[in-house]
Amino acid sequence: MTEEIIIAGFGGQGVLSMGKILCYSGVMQGKEVSWMPSYGPEMRGGTANVTVIISDERISSPILNSYDSAIILNQQSMDKFEKTVKPGGILLYDGNGISRHPSRTDINIYRADGAEEAAKMETTRTFNMIMLGAFLKIKPIVELDNVIKGLKKSLPERYHHLLPLNEKAIHRGMEIIQEIHVAEKV
Amino acid sequence: MDEDFVLMKGNEALAEAAIRSGADGYFGYPITPQSEVMEYLTAAKPWEHTGMVVLQAESEVAAINMLYGGAGAGKRVMTSSSSPGISLMQEGISYIAGAELPVVIVNVVRGGPGLGTIQPSQSDYFQATKGGGHGDYHLLVLAPASVQEMADFMPLAFDLAFKYRNPVMVLSDGAIGQMMEKVKFQPQRPRMTDDELPGWATTGKKPDRERNIITSLDLDPYRQERFNQKLVEKYRKMKEEEVRYEMFQCEDAEYVFVAYGTSSRICQKSVQLARERGIKAGLFRPISLFPFPENEIEALTSHVKGMLSVEMSAGQMVEDVRLSVHGKIPVEHYGRMGGVIPTPEEIVDVLIQKFIGG
Repeated sequence: MTEEIIIAGFGGQGVLSMGKILCYSGVMQGKEVSWMPSYGPEMRGGTANVTVIISDERISSPILNSYDSAIILNQQSMDKFEKTVKPGGILLYDGNGISRHPSRTDINIYRADGAEEAAKMETTRTFNMIMLGAFLKIKPIVELDNVIKGLKKSLPERYHHLLPLNEKAIHRGMEIIQEIHVAEKV
Repeated sequence: MDEDFVLMKGNEALAEAAIRSGADGYFGYPITPQSEVMEYLTAAKPWEHTGMVVLQAESEVAAINMLYGGAGAGKRVMTSSSSPGISLMQEGISYIAGAELPVVIVNVVRGGPGLGTIQPSQSDYFQATKGGGHGDYHLLVLAPASVQEMADFMPLAFDLAFKYRNPVMVLSDGAIGQMMEKVKFQPQRPRMTDDELPGWATTGKKPDRERNIITSLDLDPYRQERFNQKLVEKYRKMKEEEVRYEMFQCEDAEYVFVAYGTSSRICQKSVQLARERGIKAGLFRPISLFPFPENEIEALTSHVKGMLSVEMSAGQMVEDVRLSVHGKIPVEHYGRMGGVIPTPEEIVDVLIQKFIGG
């Protein structure tokens, strides 16, 4: 098993930490992982993305230009990464602020309105965990137990009281995800 | 479940490994993309538990001369920087090589020339392997390709520096510095006690021995030539004992990518993609860039039809690959520059275009 994932959105949406938690979850499950962020001017300009690879084998290139799955959190990232999903792959996106929706018919498209759900929770910073939950619902590459362990390992201890809230957010994401059938759209 | 592993950036792993190597001092000046090294060290506060000094110097020039002083006293000292900062250090590095002092210098390479870019590059290969500063000298150069190797090469670099009394460079790049992977650390090594310091160190003259003199100056041309010959002999011994490399699917390969560091990781994927397209490709990865694994590359000419040197540069290591094969097979170069990282697919396309046609 090798899963090549791009997570992309605005800086501050928790893109990099979502990737980190996914990686820690993979480590907890005994997988090989790599986390390759965009850094520097690209990040300062407002967009952030991270390539996450989780595999049973030693990982070759940590840098890719096509992906099994894309988790897309803003329009700029949609424009940039929709075309990089491998045929048959998965594109999961948050509908908030998206004006040009994905249109490919050779990939599986899912939508989870995580930002909207996060606004209903104690803190909107649960957004990335809602999206992670939605992703794991369609791609259960790591067990939920290991995600919780991964969360615990990647969060500094002073935030450990937020673990139950993060877990709740993951479950919320699993509930709100919906499949989008492009061909049926008007 | 792997509890022993932690997830870390390459730069952070390098910093933790430096502490665990029993380093006595780190002297540096911040520059992207390696600033996490000093950030990690100052947060870890090794001076509280191992006594290791961590000091932000006023410039790279000051930092490298602090290494000169520290190493002269027999201490395990290191610095890290990125390309423009390493250029500033060259005078000091030449003096350190001339004074035969063991230091570890980490270059997390970014694109140049000049201030260039902060994105990853491999355009400092010539500077690292062919001298860099003035005079006839070489650094021993190690090129990590993973976060684990960023950690593993620190104690190795210190050991080799002391074995040869020669500066050792760890030549990394922005991609390996910034990426996170699993890493497992070796246990903490103790710092050297005063009794364990090497005999040549300037620790204060005792009545029972001659003065230890550390200098790179000798005005007598014949004595200086003898010293140069001693260095030549040292580099020859390195070529005999310190060549390090890794091969990936080279046994039956008709075409071989030669790549180090980040490029070697990308090329490993290219090997897989090429083989899916029916091309017998392999990867030769030099780990020591000086000494360069020339004999091992030449040996591949018995069954390999062509080699493609893949570097994030205009073509630097390709010269050493060409020298290694003695014209027996064609060697081509493919490189991206300016902080652009080649993709596994484009490398396969170039291989086909340059060697196979179509």
